[in-house]
Amino acid sequence: MQALLHQIFSGLANGAIYASVALALVMIFKATHEVNFAQGELAMFSTFVASSLINAGWPYWGAFVATLAFSFVVGVVIERVVMRPLQGAPALNTVVVFIGLLVLFNGLASWIFGHTMREFPSPFPPAAWYGSSYLSPHEVGMIGVTLVVLTIVFLFFRFTRLGLAMRAAAENPHSSRLVGINVGWMLALGWGLAGALGAVAGMMAAPIVYLEPNMMSGVILYGFAAALLGGIDNPWGAPLGGFLVGVLENVAGAYLVGSHLKLALALALIIGVLLFKPSGLFGKTTVVRV
Amino acid sequence: MTKKICLLALLAVVAGCSKPSGGGGGSVATGGTIKIGQTMPFSGPASAYGMIGKADAAYFKMINDKGGVNGRKIELVALDDGYSPPKTVEATRKLVESENVLIDFGSVGTASNTAVQGYLNDKKVPQLFVATGGDKWADPAHPWTLGWQPSYSVESKIYAKYLLQTKPDAKMCVLFQNDDFGKDMLSGLKQGFGDQFDKRVIKTASYEVTDPTVDSQIVTLQAAGCDALLTAATPKFAAQSIRKVFDIGWKPLHFVANVGAAITTVLKPAGLDKSVGLITGLYLKDPSEPAMASDPGIVAYQAFMKQYMPGTDPNDTNAVYGYGQSMTLIQVFTQCGDDLSRDNVMKQAKNLSNFELPVALPGIKINTSATDLRPFSQVQLAKFNGTSFERFGSALSAD
Repeated sequence: MQALLHQIFSGLANGAIYASVALALVMIFKATHEVNFAQGELAMFSTFVASSLINAGWPYWGAFVATLAFSFVVGVVIERVVMRPLQGAPALNTVVVFIGLLVLFNGLASWIFGHTMREFPSPFPPAAWYGSSYLSPHEVGMIGVTLVVLTIVFLFFRFTRLGLAMRAAAENPHSSRLVGINVGWMLALGWGLAGALGAVAGMMAAPIVYLEPNMMSGVILYGFAAALLGGIDNPWGAPLGGFLVGVLENVAGAYLVGSHLKLALALALIIGVLLFKPSGLFGKTTVVRV
Repeated sequence: MTKKICLLALLAVVAGCSKPSGGGGGSVATGGTIKIGQTMPFSGPASAYGMIGKADAAYFKMINDKGGVNGRKIELVALDDGYSPPKTVEATRKLVESENVLIDFGSVGTASNTAVQGYLNDKKVPQLFVATGGDKWADPAHPWTLGWQPSYSVESKIYAKYLLQTKPDAKMCVLFQNDDFGKDMLSGLKQGFGDQFDKRVIKTASYEVTDPTVDSQIVTLQAAGCDALLTAATPKFAAQSIRKVFDIGWKPLHFVANVGAAITTVLKPAGLDKSVGLITGLYLKDPSEPAMASDPGIVAYQAFMKQYMPGTDPNDTNAVYGYGQSMTLIQVFTQCGDDLSRDNVMKQAKNLSNFELPVALPGIKINTSATDLRPFSQVQLAKFNGTSFERFGSALSAD
């Protein structure tokens, strides 16, 4: 019984990582209706930047904020420089560019920062009262941060004019333009915000999975499974999917399929969702009028 | 223009034909130099191992400055393969067919060496002292290949034997990477425990390199009720394992495979306080160990590093590795005398008897024969005390 509890809690901790990645995927999907395969690598790169700032003597939160700003700018620049010329191009072109970005950022990180594994500090004190043998203080803190970010993203899209404008720009660019929304900048903003959310995900995950250029390569697959399961257009559904995937993966890995099939389980989940409920558990079914 | 190219091509063909054929037996080392080749990950994900190649080159420079081996200089051609097997194949063919090297020496990587093992054996080119811990290098079916370091199964066999001696009723759990490395470690345990294996190893859990963490596996293993644990993992996952074992309050006798037991890159990220009591197997001296400061082997090594590799951290274990590996090759060439045919090089490489490497731990000797294809088959166990590994007992043999 205790073992099951341990599996569930460590599943929740992993789930929080998937959830925060899934949130970044939701952000970019809401803003551009595209699924960014390079999201994980961008997050990893941002985390390296944060790590370098901290090593250079910056305080944690200073580096945290600076990294968010940096990642936002990188996101905007990518949209302006790389994605912009592809507007209206077939989906396949976009996918190829995303994969190119994935390889590019992975290579850049190895070249600039090297392959040696690094520790990344946690902002939560190691002996905090909320830590236990089930969840370390950092894991509790990370789950908290994920929930806070989730709430902010949900409120942003639901209740702010900017969020509404971004949704509109992605949903129907032509009509949006007619009502005076600057569609181009909305897309860039979406990229920027997704970059910043990814940076949060990276900085929260790094103390647990350790920082190296391939830090996110496995995580992003689980992040996709999470986003698809919960609904990639749903700011609270996708993270919930993350926690579900985390717990499911651990419990099934320990008691059903064995730990060597954990990743296969995530992929089966992706295929299953796409086959039977393409919009995810909590996603909105879209109907497109021809 | 076309004519010129044709002519050049013709010349190239003729030149190719007139070169000595690369087959075994015939002497390839001519004149006053011995030309050897290697493929190294100077770039790419495993570029840290490139240090081995740099140390090799520096060591041969020192040998040449001292007059060479039996009056012959060593010429090393090291090609970068970026740790990518297809590039290894290309580079190795170049070494054998256009550089005409006598042997392939100390190339890094299990997958890379596997990719060229068949080729080199077909060509009868010695593939000496490959820098990987796989079991497959001691394979009679590939008589032109030889490993160097203690193989993974040698290491885990010794852990099993130690456990049987000191804690005969222990129950062991194993966390292993789901590939050749992890499976070799498991097979070593099977050899070490013998018919006791099923009683002693009560639970194993594997992980894939794509897994974000191994937390779930550790929890599963703890629940099985083991009082000993072997972590057969690469650095990142070894660090995660050490941390999680501590965090959930599990206190097993914790063995960590040598590849995942480096202090700066594994134990420090995991937490030095969480690493106290870990046991691993060592075979080379650690220059950073205070007790080694006056050791003659390490003193000579430090002098070498200072003169031939200035600006490099002498505590980098990969440098010690390359230094020792090169020294072993020089011993082989010394034994070869004036017969530097590939046949004789291979014969002498399989004829090392109680060779004591100055940078190997006391009591650990290199032995090879026509039937013993493992240069190192001993390790000494060491326990982490919070700042360094403290060796205990004497060198243990896998046999």
